[in-house]
Amino acid sequence: MSEKYIARSSAIAARMLGSEMMIMSAADSTFFTLNEVATAIWQAADGRTPLSEIVAGKICEEFEIDPGVATRDAEQFVDELSQHGILLVSEQPILNPSSAPPPEEL
Amino acid sequence: MTLLAEMNQKALALGIPISVHLDITYRCNERCVHCYLDHDDHGEMTTAEIKDILGQLADAGVFFLTLSGGEVLMRRDFFEIVEHARGLLFNVKVKTNGVMIRQKEARRMRELGVEQVQLSVYSHRPEVHDAITKLPGSLKRTVEAVSFLKSQGLKVAIANVLMTANLFDNAGVIALAKELGVSYTLDPTITPRIDGDTSILALRAPGSELRQVFRNPDLVGNVEEFCAPPPAPDEDVMEGYPCSAGHTACYISPYGDVFPCVQFPLPSGNVRQQKFLDIWRDSRQLKEVRSIRAKDLSTCPSCAHIGTCSRCPGLAYMEGNMRGPSTADCEKSFHRTGIPSANMLRKGRTGPPLPLVQIHSLSPAN
Repeated sequence: MSEKYIARSSAIAARMLGSEMMIMSAADSTFFTLNEVATAIWQAADGRTPLSEIVAGKICEEFEIDPGVATRDAEQFVDELSQHGILLVSEQPILNPSSAPPPEEL
Repeated sequence: MTLLAEMNQKALALGIPISVHLDITYRCNERCVHCYLDHDDHGEMTTAEIKDILGQLADAGVFFLTLSGGEVLMRRDFFEIVEHARGLLFNVKVKTNGVMIRQKEARRMRELGVEQVQLSVYSHRPEVHDAITKLPGSLKRTVEAVSFLKSQGLKVAIANVLMTANLFDNAGVIALAKELGVSYTLDPTITPRIDGDTSILALRAPGSELRQVFRNPDLVGNVEEFCAPPPAPDEDVMEGYPCSAGHTACYISPYGDVFPCVQFPLPSGNVRQQKFLDIWRDSRQLKEVRSIRAKDLSTCPSCAHIGTCSRCPGLAYMEGNMRGPSTADCEKSFHRTGIPSANMLRKGRTGPPLPLVQIHSLSPAN
């Protein structure tokens, strides 16, 4: 199976609120909140790190989640956010994603 | 409860200013008869100062940022400010008269990911709109700006201030908004000028017009529901806060002054002298605003409308007591339901009102 690379879109508004991330898509004004795990994936979406590496390094390890479950959930999460233009997805590294740095936690 | 309402609740619990209204200038190319501002530049914040404030606001957790004025495009660095704000991932809304927006400016706003642009239109008739703005040709320019912005796929709203000078034109502006495919907001609020001059209050729409507005389904949706008598208040109502001013929202002037709201001129600090977060957390004035519950108000706790009234603490403050009634909202409640407020009964007044109200209408035509 091919690798997936994910990058944050710049066409969004985003801010940490406590432990959650608020995100609004500029494309369709859909408003999301991401829980801690989803926020960790979103913050790690630098376009260069493969999704599998993000899941293994950031999710399974930090949140002690079963790799199979984490991979399935992450794939689903990435698909959903990419449909709203919040994450850019590619089978190649995304070298110029026009992405912004992730907001710092408060 | 919507997700957005949940986030507002969470911001309230965490003490986070989720929304900030920043006026970047008071200068303007129009001279609207009802405007409360002084249009001279008394030392606006520089580009660098505004960028620094934006960074502080992002650090403080601000998500919704409204950039307004004056006319925002009077600042040559307007797009530099928007670009910086978007780089910090704010949800940016811009309020403008649109006179300086052509295709190029509209495209730039879309490229920068501005969430919504709100333009002021006072009438569908040039002779009325231009007489209010005192700028010949302004309606034509503003309507063209709406089209330019709309053609870029931006969300656009028309804001119409109701006053004696345009009393019978709101239906025409609603029709114009529908024709242009944009949403419409009616705002009958006329406030005293920033220098204390109250002469412009003579422009307030009379109660007879308000009664009509409250019974217009295009503006209020379900009229029967909107104008229904208020239910008896419960404990939650009495323990509740009046509005988001100072709780999850605040206003910053072009000179760096911080207030609970653009309509609540209680000086609470200045970002040229203190960090924003220090003002937000420690300002004595903001703490006082936050301490007020419905049960602490004077007169209002005995009022039938307390659970449904749109009482504005800023307007109450301008009347002399932030814990007191806002006469304009008392009268709004009266004209909406036909039931006089406790304040009106106390004053023996159920006659013609002095409206100072805000209504945000529906018609999400975008």
